[in-house]
Amino acid sequence: METGTRQNTEHIDVSYVAHLARLHLADSEIQVFQKQLDHILQHVHMLTHLDVDHVEPTAHAMPVENAYREDDIRPCLSHDEVMDNAPNGRGGLFIVPKIIE
Amino acid sequence: MRSLNALPVHELNQLLQNGECSSVDIVSDVISAIERVDDRIGAYLDYDGEHALKEARASDERRSNGCQLPLLGIPVGLKDVLNVRGMACGCASRILEGYTSPYDAYVVTRLREAGAVILGRLNMDEFAMGSTNENSAYKPTRNPWNQDYVPGGSSGGSAAAVSACEAVAALGSDTGGSIRQPASFCGCVGLKPTYGRVSRRGLTAFASSLDQVGPVVRDVRDAALLLEVIAGHDRFDSTSLNIPLSSYRDTLTGDISGMKLGIPKEYFIDGMDPDVKKTVQDAIDKCAELGAELVDVELPHTEYAVAVYYIIATAEASANLARFDGVRYGARVDGRDPLDMYGKTRAGYLGDEVKRRIILGTYVLSSGYYDEYYIRAQKARTLIRNDFENAFGTCDALIAPVTPTTSFRFGEKGDDPLQMYLGDIFTVPVNLAGICGISVPCGMSGSGLPIGLQIIGPAFKEERILRAAHAYEQATDWHNQKPEIARTAGMS
Repeated sequence: METGTRQNTEHIDVSYVAHLARLHLADSEIQVFQKQLDHILQHVHMLTHLDVDHVEPTAHAMPVENAYREDDIRPCLSHDEVMDNAPNGRGGLFIVPKIIE
Repeated sequence: MRSLNALPVHELNQLLQNGECSSVDIVSDVISAIERVDDRIGAYLDYDGEHALKEARASDERRSNGCQLPLLGIPVGLKDVLNVRGMACGCASRILEGYTSPYDAYVVTRLREAGAVILGRLNMDEFAMGSTNENSAYKPTRNPWNQDYVPGGSSGGSAAAVSACEAVAALGSDTGGSIRQPASFCGCVGLKPTYGRVSRRGLTAFASSLDQVGPVVRDVRDAALLLEVIAGHDRFDSTSLNIPLSSYRDTLTGDISGMKLGIPKEYFIDGMDPDVKKTVQDAIDKCAELGAELVDVELPHTEYAVAVYYIIATAEASANLARFDGVRYGARVDGRDPLDMYGKTRAGYLGDEVKRRIILGTYVLSSGYYDEYYIRAQKARTLIRNDFENAFGTCDALIAPVTPTTSFRFGEKGDDPLQMYLGDIFTVPVNLAGICGISVPCGMSGSGLPIGLQIIGPAFKEERILRAAHAYEQATDWHNQKPEIARTAGMS
């Protein structure tokens, strides 16, 4: 099982993926996760032994067709109820750091 | 007076109907049990005894006015993953500190309509990721049978509360075994309904194609009762299916003669705890004695299930948990720009297991790896589904262990997450296939820890697994066993 190339595909670049996932990890965390995740990927590699060429992927266990309903107006959450949970909000808006200089 | 907190819900209903106790009596007994033992068990993150007593008084009032409902005045504990209007819902995570839910989950609405009293929030692994409750950001929950051992997870608080008689019934959620495994570890009954049987609205999403809400209770009759209350079609969850409901309690005839039970050979593996193997074998023999016909079946892709599950579940989780970014709710760490804020908030307030899974999920969905991991896993998922479909061609339900081992000590699995994940081997296939499964107590290990029997049924055949589990349960006494601490909790 067993080739050098295979080893390469089973190595996550944790700091790059953490960036994609918007997680600012400490170097010590990256090191621990690196080892653990590489180990998990080695296990996951067993899936390459399966012949799945002519198998349809399953996204949902139950065959869900489009679920239609009447497009009627129903009660929903008020603006205030939603904004009550905001860590920082004012005047019905969420306040975040400046995006454009 | 007898201790009401140790009784199953259907017996409490009888007492209530006969006027032999009140809802206030029941809620008072449950609260006093929490006060007596929960500092040692850690099942609850929060409960409001005063409010529950107020609701109990109102229930008693309604009953005296002739009101009859399936759960009128019965207190129910909820895993901290379910939204209740006006209550915190934290998923045992610090990132949801300060969040108050503005709406009721569908199952909570159904509980209220059935007259239940919402009692409190039960501990869990953070965002339902884990098998031990060690991943709660707040505290570990301990196994009532031996407090050096884990209660299982992720619905560990639900199972421990019912087991220690600090709750008469609870709801949990099951994405890869999170109801059945802790029920097995704590000696309760736990049911994972078919995907689509119960609405997921208001259940904080972990893996949307796998999650289901279900009951953690004292016996199979209570599982049937709770399922009748929470199941059904919800127009606001497009994945909840509009398929007629059975009267699940009516199906509990105690008769399983002629029922064909399949024994999957892949669920009896080397390295299994011998106590589990023997106990489950004895349970299978018992079912045969009761008239069930046993057939050998194969689920040849079982060995791939853990790999498939940890790709699909983490991929879905990485997308679902993107919403926890410090903008609209929960905790926030300020940053110099939004990206800096997201990264610091998420790194600062999410726990290790959640971070690990987000990274794995992000990786398998990332450019260059999507086909190799995610699509391949979805195809393997089809093979796992087909295995069950083929097996159900020759039997009515499957009978198997819930887990390869009983509960284990805190920290015993070390810092290798893979070892922990491999323990999910007998539960994750059921979620991947979207079918239903129940865990029912079937014995004790040599060291005094409960063992569960898993009965697995085809999609939307809950009545079948409930009937089989009930017949087995009634022929044995395992569901009546209580841990020593339940005596402290006021069990007579």
